[in-house]
Amino acid sequence: MLDFAGKRWWYLGFSGVFFAAALAALAIWGLKPGIEFTSGSTFTVQFLERPVSQAELRQAMRELGHPEARVQASGENTYIVRTSELENAPSLTSGAGPVPPGEIDDIERGLQERFGALQRKDFATVSGSVSAEIARYATLAVLAAAVAILVYIWLAFRQLPKPWRYGACAVFALVHDAVIVMGLFAVLGEFRGVEVDTAFITAILTVIGFSVHDTIVVFDRIREVVTQDPYVPFEEAVNASLTETLARSINTSLVVVLTIVAMLLIGGETIRNFLLVLLVGIVAGTYSSIGVASQVLVAWENRDLARFWRKIRGQGELAAAEAA
Amino acid sequence: MRSLSTVLLFLFVVALTTFSIIVVWPSTPSRYLPGDFWPSGRGIKIGDWERETMRLGLDLRGGAYLVLEADPPPDYQGDLDQALESAKQVVERRVNAFGVSEAEITRASGNRLSVQVPGISLTEAQNLIGKTAALEFMVYDDQYNLVPATGVVNGQTLQMTGAYLKNNTYPSRLGTTFAVNFETTGVGAQLMEQITTRALQYPPGDPRRLLVVRLDGQVLSEAEVQAVIRDAGQITGQPTFSAANTLSKQLNSGALPIPLRTVQASEVSATLGEDSVLASVKAGLVGMAAVMIFMVLYYRLPGVLAAAALVVYTSVVLMIFKLVPVTLTLSGIAAFVLSVGMAVDANVLIFERLKEELRRGRTLNAAIDIGFRRAWLSIRDSNVSTLITCVILYWFGDQFGAALVKGFALTLAIGVLVSMFSAITVTRTFLKMVLGTPMAKSAFLFNASERPVQERPRRRMAEAAGE
Repeated sequence: MLDFAGKRWWYLGFSGVFFAAALAALAIWGLKPGIEFTSGSTFTVQFLERPVSQAELRQAMRELGHPEARVQASGENTYIVRTSELENAPSLTSGAGPVPPGEIDDIERGLQERFGALQRKDFATVSGSVSAEIARYATLAVLAAAVAILVYIWLAFRQLPKPWRYGACAVFALVHDAVIVMGLFAVLGEFRGVEVDTAFITAILTVIGFSVHDTIVVFDRIREVVTQDPYVPFEEAVNASLTETLARSINTSLVVVLTIVAMLLIGGETIRNFLLVLLVGIVAGTYSSIGVASQVLVAWENRDLARFWRKIRGQGELAAAEAA
Repeated sequence: MRSLSTVLLFLFVVALTTFSIIVVWPSTPSRYLPGDFWPSGRGIKIGDWERETMRLGLDLRGGAYLVLEADPPPDYQGDLDQALESAKQVVERRVNAFGVSEAEITRASGNRLSVQVPGISLTEAQNLIGKTAALEFMVYDDQYNLVPATGVVNGQTLQMTGAYLKNNTYPSRLGTTFAVNFETTGVGAQLMEQITTRALQYPPGDPRRLLVVRLDGQVLSEAEVQAVIRDAGQITGQPTFSAANTLSKQLNSGALPIPLRTVQASEVSATLGEDSVLASVKAGLVGMAAVMIFMVLYYRLPGVLAAAALVVYTSVVLMIFKLVPVTLTLSGIAAFVLSVGMAVDANVLIFERLKEELRRGRTLNAAIDIGFRRAWLSIRDSNVSTLITCVILYWFGDQFGAALVKGFALTLAIGVLVSMFSAITVTRTFLKMVLGTPMAKSAFLFNASERPVQERPRRRMAEAAGE
């Protein structure tokens, strides 16, 4: 049997480093909000006639009245351009007349004049009133998911003493994974211009789903061991459970990782960042079941924190006594 | 020993898989698979039922997506909710008139309409939705051409349109057919009087006696004028009550009842979608092959069975996608990959248990039963938590019309449900089919021989008693 619980501070410390790094990345660079969160427009364009450099395109956008445009390379002679909200769509009224051309069409024409034939691959625009709502619902969804999971685990583990602790630890691990994934997004945003969009929300929720899935399998084993013989010391029960589920944990995430890597290598450009985030999230989710959720559970059971405080306070009192 | 129920279950699984593969099989397999010896074409046709193609989302087939928000003027008095409902019908009618198939127009929160139109560009979609629509009254002129029905009011020539009808039309029965009753406004009464008086000059049967009602350029009804119409009239010739009712609603709504503002729009070109589909299918095949190889190498015989179960799983899930039908998007494909992982996870859980039980010296039959029973709780709890996440995601996606998130949730939920079936029924049946063959006795094939099982810690009773 491997001694996981005895080395819990190593495990927690290890993930603590990543957790802190993710928090630091979030604090320093922050998330780069996509148009879903700030409003704006984005389009992908591929130049068919001649190679166009990023600087040329940026210059052209400036001339077309969009100095704020951000240009980002995405594949072969293809760029993603992000601008403030384009007047793409005038109000559709009951009044007469055809719909006047949107600003995007003007831009497309302008680029065509400069660089020759091109293909607009996609275009999206979100106005301010919608973006605030999306951000609100995204936060709500994550909170609702966390609460629902907490309650479900609480119920599923109700025959154990202090069942809500299991739920709380699973949610703790979930937050851990979500923060690491968000930190990765902050890093990608800084260095590769990746923005936080609906794909980001989907990625976070997928990771949360996997994280909880994985944690529950481990907790389930703890439940089984504890129910089988309630007198086994909790640390040993956790160790036994983790040892028994280790092969399964690794194999399962290996399987998911295999499929994701296959999609990363062959799959389309469009979901590459999404898959990269999933990959990291899955690994974090697997680790956190063993190294975070279970270890926090043991630490809680052993009142580690209280002991820790006592120790510090005790030393403080000792020092005070010595000084006196 | 194989029981009858095992054999029956096995046959059921085989039949289900065969059916699923037939349903799922692509019309042009050479696009995805190497070689050109695969059967192609739509193939099967049973009665009216023909194999469908997979329904793809806008990101995979190209198209336009718009979110329109009601933009009522500050002094707007009417019922916004009703106005939006009729705006939805107006948009629906215009899109359908264009001949776009599978367009989806739904109400979204916050007085919005979400419009998905596959296969056309955003500009086209906007022209389609934004073009002026109106209810018009038409007549035939002397050359029997359809021309606007006009009249002169206060020295001005005006066309009789929906603008001169009161918004209180209602359907009613008229013999064997149905009609829509309307009242005209003051100007409308004068126009109608002139128009109908003119029409009555012509003998019955003459096309010039007909009054034609058009909506968005489509002829709604064509009826002979029977008497002078002034304040109120009927549009006759509606075949069913619901047709009359719809027309009445349309008349009450007329053109777009309120201005709509585009608050969100996106567009994906068809070529980009096409690339994504090809790449995803290829990646999916390679990924699955990798998973199968891994399972066989690690778990040996059960791994082979799990690989077979994975084929069952994949074909059944895709079959459900096709038959429901679920609109498949890129995020849906990602969810599918995740659900494959979860399906395999269920098998891994069971096999690990099986191995433990075998190493404890149980027979295969007993090990299978105990392994499944013990693994079931883990499978249930982990999958239920995933389903909970799916429900929340679906709700979240529904709230602001994010097809991406909704598709993801639905795909994942179907995947999780089928994976539970696959793990519990399919793998177990496969394992039980192996029972009674010489293979069942081989510890090597089950990878169950190497190490003795690690026993769980137990309180040492002797020690405890001795204390």
